[in-house]
Amino acid sequence: MTSSTKYAPTILDPEAPPSGVIAIEASRLEKSFGNAAVLRGLDMTVRDGEVVAIFGANGVGKSTLLRVMATLTRPDHGNISIYGSDLSKQAEVARLSLGAVLHSPMLYGDLTVKENLTFFGKMFRVPDLTERVDEMAARMGLMRRLDQRIRELSHGFQKRAALARALMHRPRILLLDEAETGLDEPARLILDGVIAEHSAAGHAVVMTTHSIERGIAGCDRVFVLSGGRVALDRPSSQVTPRDVTDLYGDTSLIGPGGA
Amino acid sequence: MLASLETVLTLARKDLLLELRSRDIVLAIVVFALLVITIFTFAIELTPSRSRDVGPGVLWAAVAFAGVLGLNRSFAMEAEGSTLDGLMLTPVSRELIFFGKVLGNFIFITIAEIVIFPVFEALFNISVLQIETIVIALLASIGFSAVGTAFAAVSVRVRSREIMLPLLFLPTSVPLIMAAVESTSVVVNGGSWSDFNDWLQLAILFDVIFVIASAVLFQYVLEE
Repeated sequence: MTSSTKYAPTILDPEAPPSGVIAIEASRLEKSFGNAAVLRGLDMTVRDGEVVAIFGANGVGKSTLLRVMATLTRPDHGNISIYGSDLSKQAEVARLSLGAVLHSPMLYGDLTVKENLTFFGKMFRVPDLTERVDEMAARMGLMRRLDQRIRELSHGFQKRAALARALMHRPRILLLDEAETGLDEPARLILDGVIAEHSAAGHAVVMTTHSIERGIAGCDRVFVLSGGRVALDRPSSQVTPRDVTDLYGDTSLIGPGGA
Repeated sequence: MLASLETVLTLARKDLLLELRSRDIVLAIVVFALLVITIFTFAIELTPSRSRDVGPGVLWAAVAFAGVLGLNRSFAMEAEGSTLDGLMLTPVSRELIFFGKVLGNFIFITIAEIVIFPVFEALFNISVLQIETIVIALLASIGFSAVGTAFAAVSVRVRSREIMLPLLFLPTSVPLIMAAVESTSVVVNGGSWSDFNDWLQLAILFDVIFVIASAVLFQYVLEE
């Protein structure tokens, strides 16, 4: 992945695994909620160093897939492994490799940014925790807000704090579910920088987004979900926004010049 | 072992800090319990013997019903910001998350009892601040916290969680409430340890069984 980020890759584990290792392997994943089948035999492989964008219409299962990868939702059938750890048996091991920013920031509103980061850092047994909290706060532009409670922050700053929480333990896989939603331009630049650093360090990023052009431009590989399966799996250089939206079944979503 | 204990303490400390900021849980338990006790003092013409007869029942019914409010709140707080998902993303086992929540809830219920018992003693004019009743109260708080935490986790994902928790918690806790009521009754009527030994054993047995069973239940109900 190419990126214009100005940030040095200082926040990742220096002992990065070699690129090309399978980070996530999902096979025949099925998940239903009541009578609604969301995932119907989905197969997907993500390798280290890859930035993967997952597209799909609303309700197609993007968020469910990320929740399954994050070990928050158990699939009804099929297997999923993180660096070879089967999530049905070794989820606790796999969680050490996972950092996730999902729809909600997953932070305690009545605790300050510092207290939240310290708490989650302790849960992951992050060494040199005080320094790490300061490092992440500086990286996310939160230094002046460290002592503010989460509920006092704007949505954008809550998202930055969520990103800091997700990166506290130096995860090898970053899961981002529409993480750019509600971010202003400086925050988007930070997010782009984090993604670029993660990829450059040989780690994997899996993101969902509704911003098709931006998503394609910022990833190495594109997956489009349709009917609970992967309908398109291609390098981003070979995908146009039209290829994506054609599989949505709604061409009104395509932006100007997107075809 | 030490690392697990540290994790449990970190989880409980986080809940205590949140409670210090919001004061939602302890206040809800104390206010509701004191309201119930006060209403009963007006509803019943309290003579010394009647106080000893009905007092223990009123006390433990008030604590149990008020406890439901607090337990509901402790998990609603985690659901509101999806922080339960945040906890589940950590490499901490579900059992440790359970024990951390149980410890937090145990402390909240115990703090509430420290306020409720003296007020009850003053209103009903019977002595419950004795070592025997303190032991009973601790055993009851352990059981309430364990069962309540597991069922609060069950009900937090359903729409009508305020109704679901008491429906699950109160029937399950009947043996513990009975043991607490009968033991307290013996104590306020001047009995000794040996006079309520059977009830004490029932309370201990309840705690052992339901702490283990609730820990097992908890890890299954957390995941979708």
